[in-house]
Amino acid sequence: MVELTDIRKKYDKEVLKVDKLLFQKGLIYGIIGPSGAGKSTLLRIINLLTPFNSGTYQFMGRPLPSNGQERLKLQRKMALVFQKTLLFKDSVWNNVAYGLKARGFSRSEITQRVGELLEQVGLQELAFRRADTLSGGEAQRIAIARAVAFEPHLLLLDEPTANLDPGNIELIEKMIRQLNRTKSITVVMVTHNVFQAHRIAQEVIFIHEGRIVESGPTEQIFEEPLDPRTKAFVEGRMIY
Amino acid sequence: MSRLLEGFVEAFQLIIALDPALLQIVFLSLRVSILAIIISTLLGVPLGTLLGLKPERKTRFVNKIIFTFMGMPPVVAGLVIYLFLSRQGPLGVLGLLYTPTAMIIAQVFLSFPIVTGLTMVGIRAKGSEVEEIARSLGAGSALAAWTVVRESRIAILGAIITGFSRVVAEVGAVMIVGGNIAGHTRVMTTAIVLETRRGNFELAIGLGIVLLMLSFIVNSVLYNIQRGGE
Repeated sequence: MVELTDIRKKYDKEVLKVDKLLFQKGLIYGIIGPSGAGKSTLLRIINLLTPFNSGTYQFMGRPLPSNGQERLKLQRKMALVFQKTLLFKDSVWNNVAYGLKARGFSRSEITQRVGELLEQVGLQELAFRRADTLSGGEAQRIAIARAVAFEPHLLLLDEPTANLDPGNIELIEKMIRQLNRTKSITVVMVTHNVFQAHRIAQEVIFIHEGRIVESGPTEQIFEEPLDPRTKAFVEGRMIY
Repeated sequence: MSRLLEGFVEAFQLIIALDPALLQIVFLSLRVSILAIIISTLLGVPLGTLLGLKPERKTRFVNKIIFTFMGMPPVVAGLVIYLFLSRQGPLGVLGLLYTPTAMIIAQVFLSFPIVTGLTMVGIRAKGSEVEEIARSLGAGSALAAWTVVRESRIAILGAIITGFSRVVAEVGAVMIVGGNIAGHTRVMTTAIVLETRRGNFELAIGLGIVLLMLSFIVNSVLYNIQRGGE
């Protein structure tokens, strides 16, 4: 689905160096690593929110278009849920409908999809409540519903359960699995919680100091890591 | 103290009597200030949004200019507009000096930096974050910018209220470019100056109270709109 080759990102110094990374369709990926390792930067590069300095980006086998309109089309195939939940100062309904309206969906289609999604996330009774009055867990569920309303090919999640209570974490993880299974949405989730990555991801990528140290099937990363830094991190021995 | 009380009585009588001369001054004051703030809003909000969404290091110089103009003395603004519109000035052929249009131009000159600067500050608070979310949800540049404006509407309305307060109370600039001509360019503030100079303090205070009441009504409307956006 997404292939990154020789991607480099520099601010004052180089913060990310990806030699080769491939995200395949239909899988759930967990990106783990200490704080400041470059996980969020990688997610933002995939979502084309942060430009990279050099390298090759391919989406579904096609190179990154230089034309702005074509780029927007490509960007519309994916959605990113940010670590800090920010819902628009509007009703819950209008928040979920935002991406659909941006894509010019018809009113009846918007009504149907938003209604279905709110039911799926169990918040249909809050449809016309102001989004900024929701609790943290409710807001995050709406943020995910808003991101998947237009059924993106790729869903990018940046620490989607940070600061949530265990009940809401379970609900959101269930949502992610369900979306992946029923809608075949490829999920790339950044988390510093190794247990969460273990629970939910089929493939895990470990990033440390802007470099991809190791990637592979979840069991392999957790049971037989090749790199001692990966081993230290998944065993909770890496101090950061 | 008694003059102040007499001023209140005078203000009350002016309002009750619906004096045509007073109404003409009131309407001209409102027309000039409201048109000026509408123009400043139409120009200042997009520019403030654009600047607010750019990284601060890229707009530092422009920021300094805007902040300087935000504190521009009205008489200086009036003088600059006067020089432009006077017969020998570059826009003298338009014949706008001593007309309400010249007063509107002067007030735009004063309120535009305020609306722009305060919009920019308001947008900078959360605008980039909102823009990124909008873009990540598939919004194009225009929709993303509109979303930022919508989400920052409280700050933007605050900028408009401040801009309006500045122009409605302003006297120096409109005096210079308007000339305080009775029935033509006389507004509340210039009328107050005139009556004070004539020694009609009660009438001057009365006019001042009417001006404050008008300002209160317009600001209340804007404030209610702002509260509705919360």
